[in-house]
Amino acid sequence: MSCYTLFIINKAGGLIYKRDFSADAPKLSVNDQLRLVSTFHSMHAIAGRLSPVDPASGIDHIETNTFQLFCYQSLTGLKFLITSPAHTSGSLEHLLFKTYQLYSDFVLKNPFYELDMPIHCSQFDTNLDKLILGK
Amino acid sequence: MSQQAKNLQRAGDIAFSKMEKVNSELLSLTYGAMVSQLVKEFEDAAEVSRQLEKMGYSIGQRLIDELLAKANVSACEDFKDTAQTIAKVGFKMFMGINASVANVNEEGTEFSLLLEDNPLNDFVELPEHLADLRYSCIYCGVIRGALEMVNMRVECSFAKDVLAGDDSTEIKVILVDKLEDEFPFKDA
Repeated sequence: MSCYTLFIINKAGGLIYKRDFSADAPKLSVNDQLRLVSTFHSMHAIAGRLSPVDPASGIDHIETNTFQLFCYQSLTGLKFLITSPAHTSGSLEHLLFKTYQLYSDFVLKNPFYELDMPIHCSQFDTNLDKLILGK
Repeated sequence: MSQQAKNLQRAGDIAFSKMEKVNSELLSLTYGAMVSQLVKEFEDAAEVSRQLEKMGYSIGQRLIDELLAKANVSACEDFKDTAQTIAKVGFKMFMGINASVANVNEEGTEFSLLLEDNPLNDFVELPEHLADLRYSCIYCGVIRGALEMVNMRVECSFAKDVLAGDDSTEIKVILVDKLEDEFPFKDA
């Protein structure tokens, strides 16, 4: 499973987690990351409004000739984004869903983690590595 | 039971079977220790109930994501769906409690949850000076916190409690309003 980067965005559009899973992932400065993620958050909301079909859910999948992006939004407003190489076949949405499960366990059950704040939970990192890199 | 309720019940049973189990007596003991500590600190039954509800609120805010991630449930269409999901999936998955929905009002903005049993109550007898204590008030907080994370503000209280001498346990949930976390799009 090759992926570049995983992002987690909170309800307000702020970046709470970013993790690179490949050496090929683009290196972004912290400011760029924050800006990109809040731009995506706004695009997601606008896409929902633009849709001619009701009810609309925003952006699920972006495909370009250099990368693909998958997005899963939970009913609580949390967004999980993953970027992967352009030739990725099949959807990575199942990965995002498993990431949501890992989040509900290792992040939310940590009593010292404040909701909507940046995530610094080593167990979450370890289990994500196992999920995405398979190690 | 409607087809929807049957599906939710199956989802709840499946989710319950996948969760790691813990000894229910350990849970009853731990919860009891917590409540008696609160009673020592606050001494007033109403205040302890309030504290339990507040604790439940922070639990509920976190628990909702686990329910959505692990039980195979889709978005609820209306408040009645929400009621069934809480009863058949939520209570079953986290506490192994079989609950049902009753007394749904006409507009669909109120409902009651009837709990068949309540592991927290095992071995508990309320003394006279704490007769007003809502021992399982934590459930009210959990429901309130969880629903707030999915944009519903509710008021939640115990209508009947076996510890208070009633014949069953009933939690009343009233929808106050729906929160919209919309962007401030200015309409042209």
